Amino acid sequence: MRRREKQENSIDYGNRGRVPGNDTRQLERELGEDVRALMGESRVSVPLPPPEDDPEIRKAAAKKRRRRNAVYYTVTYFFVLIFLALVGYMIYFNVRLRDDVMRSPYNKRQDAQAKYTTRGKIESIDGTVLARTEQDGDGDDYRVYPEGRKYAHVVGYNTHGKSGIESIANYELLTSDESVVQQIIHDLSGRKNNGDTVVSTLREDLQSAAYHNLGEHQGAVVALDPDTGAVLAMVSKPDFDPNTIASDWNEIIGEEGSSVLVNRATQGRYAPGSTFKVITVLSYLRKFGSTEAFSYECTGEITVGEHTIHCSNGAVHGKQTLEEAFTNSCNCAFAYMGKQVGVQQLRRTAESLLFNASLPSALLLSNNSSFKLEVNAEDFLIMQTAFGQGKTLTSPLHMALIASAVAKSGTLMQPYLIDHVENADGLEISRSDPKSYKKLISEQEAAFLEGLMRKVVTEGTASKLADRSYTAYGKTGSAEFGKTDGTIGTHSWFMGYAVKDGKKIAVAVLAEGAGSGSGTAVPIAREVFDAYFE
Amino acid sequence: MLIVTQLAKYLFIILLLLFSLRDYTYFRYRTEEKRRKAEGRQLFDIYVFDILGFGIIFMNTWDMKVALLLAGIFIYMAFTSVFYKVLYPKASILLVNNMLMLLSVGFVMIARINLTQAIKQFIIAAAGTALALLVPVIVRKVKILQRLTWLYAVIGLLALGAVFALATISGGAKLSIEVGGITIQFSEIVKITLVFFLASKLARDTSRGSVVVATVVAFMHVGLLVLSRDLGTAAVFYIAYLAVLLAATRKAHYTAIGILGGGAAAAAAYFLFSHVRLRVQAWRDPFSLYDGAGYQIVHGLFAIGAGGWFGTGLCQGSPGTIPVAVKDEIFAAICEEFGTVFGICLILVCMSMFILIVNMSMQIRRRFYKLISLGLGVEYAFQVFLTIGGVTKFIPLTGITLPLVSYGGSSVVSTIFMLAIIQGLYILREDEEDELTRAVASQVPSDRGQEH
Repeated sequence: MRRREKQENSIDYGNRGRVPGNDTRQLERELGEDVRALMGESRVSVPLPPPEDDPEIRKAAAKKRRRRNAVYYTVTYFFVLIFLALVGYMIYFNVRLRDDVMRSPYNKRQDAQAKYTTRGKIESIDGTVLARTEQDGDGDDYRVYPEGRKYAHVVGYNTHGKSGIESIANYELLTSDESVVQQIIHDLSGRKNNGDTVVSTLREDLQSAAYHNLGEHQGAVVALDPDTGAVLAMVSKPDFDPNTIASDWNEIIGEEGSSVLVNRATQGRYAPGSTFKVITVLSYLRKFGSTEAFSYECTGEITVGEHTIHCSNGAVHGKQTLEEAFTNSCNCAFAYMGKQVGVQQLRRTAESLLFNASLPSALLLSNNSSFKLEVNAEDFLIMQTAFGQGKTLTSPLHMALIASAVAKSGTLMQPYLIDHVENADGLEISRSDPKSYKKLISEQEAAFLEGLMRKVVTEGTASKLADRSYTAYGKTGSAEFGKTDGTIGTHSWFMGYAVKDGKKIAVAVLAEGAGSGSGTAVPIAREVFDAYFE
Repeated sequence: MLIVTQLAKYLFIILLLLFSLRDYTYFRYRTEEKRRKAEGRQLFDIYVFDILGFGIIFMNTWDMKVALLLAGIFIYMAFTSVFYKVLYPKASILLVNNMLMLLSVGFVMIARINLTQAIKQFIIAAAGTALALLVPVIVRKVKILQRLTWLYAVIGLLALGAVFALATISGGAKLSIEVGGITIQFSEIVKITLVFFLASKLARDTSRGSVVVATVVAFMHVGLLVLSRDLGTAAVFYIAYLAVLLAATRKAHYTAIGILGGGAAAAAAYFLFSHVRLRVQAWRDPFSLYDGAGYQIVHGLFAIGAGGWFGTGLCQGSPGTIPVAVKDEIFAAICEEFGTVFGICLILVCMSMFILIVNMSMQIRRRFYKLISLGLGVEYAFQVFLTIGGVTKFIPLTGITLPLVSYGGSSVVSTIFMLAIIQGLYILREDEEDELTRAVASQVPSDRGQEH
């Protein structure tokens, strides 16, 4: 066998030997064809004669040749494949990945676009201009915010860095989708192209209602459409005038501990107060499967070791079912309930509702809410945590998201601020599609919470929302916090939603140091609901 | 002014597209005359590319050195193509053209970022090309090349040992050694010696023992590079080893074992070395390591993204913000100003360069020579893949240059030499054939006698 193979190995040389002239060309022709068929051959030195001899020999020689170079073809195919994969990836990068890369907050290059493009307008969904670009006497661009302070945080600024929509839609604002003809005309006449207009999901009427009714309080109001995730209003106070922020900059950031620029709606971190009871009752339901068995006798206070917990305003609630405890916001009952539920279940429920996690839509640049409770924590801390004090911190946006998940049978929609983008002539370029983010709670759980939150309106601390044309649901909170002067203050909270004829709106209100939730936050929420359903 | 730049960016794309199409359609032409014409047209594309590129840079800088550099490049290219045609009429002009095109793209891009470096690159490339003209003569005259097996191994391992020592001292930051004012990247030389070693070892003897020896020596090379943190070159060596092994033994199971072994080694390196893990992490999410290992990738991607399909136009982007823009990241700088479409055409040119090399090695008859040119070709192709794939975040970034395009004397000279060696072997093939024909012809009677 071996010997025979060796013979075969020399067969083409043998052929050449026999009839050197013709066969050399013959072989070259075959090899040429062979190689050419795949990738061509570098040189042909002689014009090729027609085939003339034994097809058997020719076949054998061609086969030999192919065998000899088979590996070379394999290697070539392999590399052609990975090169083509690379080309494919580059196309994919430009079609799919490029926008995300361009939008990165680290990317300073988008600003280079400002050389060729006039920054586009920002509008509310009902057509109010929130930001536009004008030129000063020297032909330099500057930004005008006709609505001023009302939209300060959510629309943001474009000087000393960027914030708000100015930041998250920077790429769109600096991209011009004007017609090619228009762009060429601009090129030739040395003018800039007009950037696209970004139409936000914000509603002027709701933003006004939220802004004016929050009044002199520091704090935040967020309103969402639970069915889509569209942000309808977002107010944070104290605010600033975006028209003059460049000149006010040093003054604004100069003060010690100044937090004027912080968007409290997304980045504020507050004790949730009684709004956290939503999580505690849900934990109870998840742990015991039913809430029938819960019962507690409220004497107005409960003592653990050397600490005593009181119900708000010195109230004594008497015998409480779980529903009653929630409606009356009975702290003592919840302290007891927290002990029953235990740290692990509380933590699991809190984390399933996005505590200790990033909120959906990184574009909103929100802070994470934190739930910090160790398994071996003292009873007092567990009990405090159960009614929303302790070390738990959350943002108004997060509370609004939880409310909107309850409103949509447990499904949380991804919140978004940009409704659509159009070119300077009003032609739509792209539109945000509402996206479901996650099923946070089951439908049964949502129905259970909805029942409780309705009771709060009909019989409990949010009764100012009863007797409206819409049906409201919610939970109030009065979160205690230590002031810098050592005294105790109370943040006023409300989180909830309202429904009418299939239309829904979820709202979270936080007024810093403004007392009880029912006193301050609920009326603000009511104004927003009213504005929405009018 | 801006209009010229904007028009030019489309012209650049058209030129490179035409150039690469001519590569791919070349072999359809059956007559010498038509082929010469195609070669001439390619050369024309290159000249126009350089005139446009340096013209725009000149208009942006008004620096007379730009004009002088262009003049120098013209003289260099004219001499190179004439010398090859006159001295080596059997050489592949197509290969020379591809080399000149890639060098031109590099010259323009480097000059736009840093003119001094472009001039340096040009001088080194020109000197390298002049020296490399001797290579085919050496290949032909020096008959003992195949017998120097262990010399190649010793040179390779000593050079990499020196790199390793240096990398250890500098904490992995330095991979080059300065000799008399010139920094030499030793691994670039070893690229050639390793292939020579493998080819000479395996061309003669593909017994299991020989394969084991070749494997051990190859893995010593790769290992030294991994320890020196030069992962890119290590991968290039490993792939070249696999290709030569497969071509020499024609046994798929050796390659299968090689791939599995390489995979296992890569996995082991991942768990053993934190710098390997960091590379992988920086690849998966470069933005999370923005201030560290991800910085270079992120800025490369910003550049490619800023360029879009058609680029910002030459001198209109900001490639200066990309780290190592003229070296490892030059592909990102090219994509920024020339556009992704141009980048894709550039990949096609590199691919045709590789196909051309394999095609040439298929026509070479002597095993030793065949294996050398295949090994060198595979090194070239894989290096292109690693650098472009790394810059675009297709694969982890390994920090390796784009041959002929990136700035770097050692890299450009070693690539020019690799191509000259391949040319030399290719030219030899025809002489070889004459000899073989004569030799076989004299053996024919006895051959026949055995057959019957």
